[in-house]
Amino acid sequence: MERIEGIAKLTGAERYVDDLPAEGALWGMTVRSPAPRGRIREVRFDPSVDWSRFVVVDHRDVPGANEVLLIEPDQPVLATDRVRHVHEPVVLLAHPSRDAVRQAARAVEVVVGPEEPYLDFALPPRPAQIQRGDDNVMKRIEVRKGDVEAALARAARIVEGEYRTGAQEHVYIETQGMLAWEDAGVLFIKGSLQCPYYVHKAALRALGRDADAVRIVQAPTGGGFGGKEEYPSMIGLHAALLALKAGRPVKIVYDRGEDMEATTKRHPAIVRHRTGVNADGRLIAQDIDVRMDGGAYVTLSPVVLSRGVIHAAGPYSCDNVRIVGHAVMTNSPPHGAFRGFGAPQTHFANERHMDVVAATVGMDAIEFRRRNMIGDGDSTATGQVIADGVDRAALLGRAVELSGWREKEAAHARLARSDPWIRRGMGVACFHHGAGFTGGGEVMLASRLDVAGLPDGRVEVRSANIEMGQGTLTIFTQIASARLGLDPSMVTIAEADTGRVPNSGPTVASRTAMVVGRLVEEACDELRARLGLGPDVVGDSLTQALVRWHAERPGAELVGEAKYEPPPGVRWDDESYTGDAYAAYGWAAYVAEVEVDLRTYAARVIDFVAVQDVGTVLNPTLARGQVQGGVAQGIGWALMEECRWKDGAMENAELTNYIIPTSDDLPPLRVHFEETPWPGGPLGAKGLGELPIDGPAPAVVNAIARAVGVDPREIPLTPERLMALIEDDRARHARIA
Amino acid sequence: MKVPRPADLAQALELLGQRRSETPLVPIAGGTDLMVHWPVRPDARTREYVDLAAVGELRGVRWSEEALELGALASYWDVIVDAQANEEFPILVASARQVGAIQIQSRGTWAGNIVNGSPAADGVPVLMACDAVVVLASREGTREVALDRYYTGYREGARRHDELVVAIRIPRIARSLQRFVKVGPRRAQAIAKVGLAVTRSEAGWRVVAASVAPTVRRCRAVERLLEENGMPSAPEDLDPALREDVSPIDDIRSTAEYRARVLGRVLFDAVRDGAERAG
Repeated sequence: MERIEGIAKLTGAERYVDDLPAEGALWGMTVRSPAPRGRIREVRFDPSVDWSRFVVVDHRDVPGANEVLLIEPDQPVLATDRVRHVHEPVVLLAHPSRDAVRQAARAVEVVVGPEEPYLDFALPPRPAQIQRGDDNVMKRIEVRKGDVEAALARAARIVEGEYRTGAQEHVYIETQGMLAWEDAGVLFIKGSLQCPYYVHKAALRALGRDADAVRIVQAPTGGGFGGKEEYPSMIGLHAALLALKAGRPVKIVYDRGEDMEATTKRHPAIVRHRTGVNADGRLIAQDIDVRMDGGAYVTLSPVVLSRGVIHAAGPYSCDNVRIVGHAVMTNSPPHGAFRGFGAPQTHFANERHMDVVAATVGMDAIEFRRRNMIGDGDSTATGQVIADGVDRAALLGRAVELSGWREKEAAHARLARSDPWIRRGMGVACFHHGAGFTGGGEVMLASRLDVAGLPDGRVEVRSANIEMGQGTLTIFTQIASARLGLDPSMVTIAEADTGRVPNSGPTVASRTAMVVGRLVEEACDELRARLGLGPDVVGDSLTQALVRWHAERPGAELVGEAKYEPPPGVRWDDESYTGDAYAAYGWAAYVAEVEVDLRTYAARVIDFVAVQDVGTVLNPTLARGQVQGGVAQGIGWALMEECRWKDGAMENAELTNYIIPTSDDLPPLRVHFEETPWPGGPLGAKGLGELPIDGPAPAVVNAIARAVGVDPREIPLTPERLMALIEDDRARHARIA
Repeated sequence: MKVPRPADLAQALELLGQRRSETPLVPIAGGTDLMVHWPVRPDARTREYVDLAAVGELRGVRWSEEALELGALASYWDVIVDAQANEEFPILVASARQVGAIQIQSRGTWAGNIVNGSPAADGVPVLMACDAVVVLASREGTREVALDRYYTGYREGARRHDELVVAIRIPRIARSLQRFVKVGPRRAQAIAKVGLAVTRSEAGWRVVAASVAPTVRRCRAVERLLEENGMPSAPEDLDPALREDVSPIDDIRSTAEYRARVLGRVLFDAVRDGAERAG
């Protein structure tokens, strides 16, 4: 099936928030903190500017609680008397001219009396740097299974390792943007966002309004990758505050630089492993410590940490596991949701460590993984028994076979003997990703979704889940059309407008197709039931019944409603952190082939095989695109994407110096799906969106390690870092010789 | 903001010449440096500009018996599509293809690359390695400066505020080697961390490095070494001479150590290739 909004995007007809016409609108701009931590002494407005021509908003203009409500209410909409990170919003300005407001923002000076910031989360905070509790820890999580210390005591080998991953910028094509206006007492906030009801909830709290006095509407969104999960609440509230004070619509669209400096990034992480292996090369103990830099406010860090911790032991079977995680408050801009949500960090550590362990015990990296792969009937670190019928060892075997691993390794060895500069290597990673919210999250969300039968015989899916390039509109159309036996043209998807659609939850966590897609099926069934029809009535008969129903009841609404119910048997205990962490997992094995040029120390991925099982593939084109996009983003994170920090601010907040891969930097991305249907998902589907970013980094870095015989522990593995590893290694060998 | 757009060279030189050196007009051709940074560089608004786009005399790629002459408005693309340039100056084409993407290649000019003065320029090293001469004109007349003597410091060159680069002249002599190497943080659309242009002709070796000094730098010590000692046997043999020629630093794009080491390696590889061809 063709992508619903594909032609509009291809031809430029699609209108993003920056393109939306807004009669008499003002442009909004944000004045931000210059310092990572301190008291605001003064806000100076340059007297040479006529400020009466500007709308000026500060914390005193926030009518409700000055909080961007999410998990904890610690983050202010606008700073009051102190700042906790560089680029924290302090004052808002609006003016009819975008250029004038841009200039004016430079004429406001926030004077901060500095306090000692806590910027390096790898070090314990000094007393003067403590800002939360007695250690700056905002969340601690512990997972326990079996007896790790006893198992380590009897292990044939214990292998330790520490692994580090850096922050990553989303680089969605469309920067963050919002338009706000008031109409007949209702405040509208419309823009680029993933979670309409998150913005709604935050707006009610900060603006002190009733639920029906605020409507959040998603505009076509040019990519999100998690970056539009929490930050749209902030920028949406800013636009709203300016619009309410101005009495006119206000639009805020960030420049790329502002977007990169001020909005969220992937959490930097340090993961330590201590692994016990018995004489047969089986894992008997995994002792894992996960530390993440949460940034200056709590935002989503506790749940990012949670997902990272739960995935930290990888797709392996081990009887004794201890995983301790800490999210630490620092004075960086808050780190936030990013595709993978903590799992890419811990999977990088685990899969790099698996190669290190295999090498240490003298086993083949593939055989070591195969021997320890989790099988049906085995349990995860949280005690979840896996029984979905997926043959995970076969996924690994298939990836290895498709990649031509054995033949290529032989060719690489010959190349190393004949070429002075070029080295090649193969690397593998096995991993999994839980779909939907973690633990009891989906039950707490209690998502609702409607499918309405329209008078002309079409059906309308009403959900708060949005299209951001990943395919929601197409997938929902497919699911409804399959369920009701209708031509896709008879299915329409409502605009994600909180005034019109129920809260089906956020568009995050690989939950849209699997969890919300299932609600589409249930609401379709419910619609049919309300028409008094049996499940076998489909297609034209259904359409005619709809038209008849409306003809008999002019003006009436016919809506099939669905509400989330957990799949039978799923249980989770948040106190002990045990149970079924996710209703379903996607499983994957990725193989990378890399080439390292010893003249430039640049590593390049020259072939990539991605084999995964995500249940039934709903739309092969979209699914392949999701995997290829995730792999590209993962290769960027592994090799080149580096946020450079200076005094708590991103120093390279521009696309000239924050380097993402171009198509020329990417190999052929060969994508294969094994399809084991999952009965809990629509048409047997599981979540897919995040899985593909979990595996590329370890696969690529493992391949580089094999190509040049070094042991990288940190990404991005830039040519500068790789040079240091190669040359230090060479110097060490020279000394020994 | 108003930007004058003179119709011919005389008018352009008149506009430039009317200004005092404290309040010069900044000539723009492709505008590829200016426009990219416009929203984020407030100082760009305080300057005044003159747009050369309509000055017909400055367009084009011209061939004479002795030289290839690039007009001040000649773009990278003009060279990429020039059959004779592909034949005779593959090094110019190679560097042009490494500048940004096609949009930038079709707007950006060789002369703009010289005047902009970035030490990481892609166009300047290959021109310098081909002994290019910069032709400067003002109301007073015309003068010529060899490109390898053009730069006086970081983003500072020989052009006076009342002068315009009107052409770049590149002598047509037989070259047995032309090699351009750009080491960027990715394979396309990147700014060089190390740039290198090497040619060899009867006039001798020309070795020019970018991103390793405050200006694009001709490496005369390396050239002498190659003339006198012939082929080095390892990259490290080039290090003492390179240390005389270049002074790389740590910055947002790379480290001094990386630049020095990689320059030595790509240079070794390029000259060995040249020696093999000549031998």
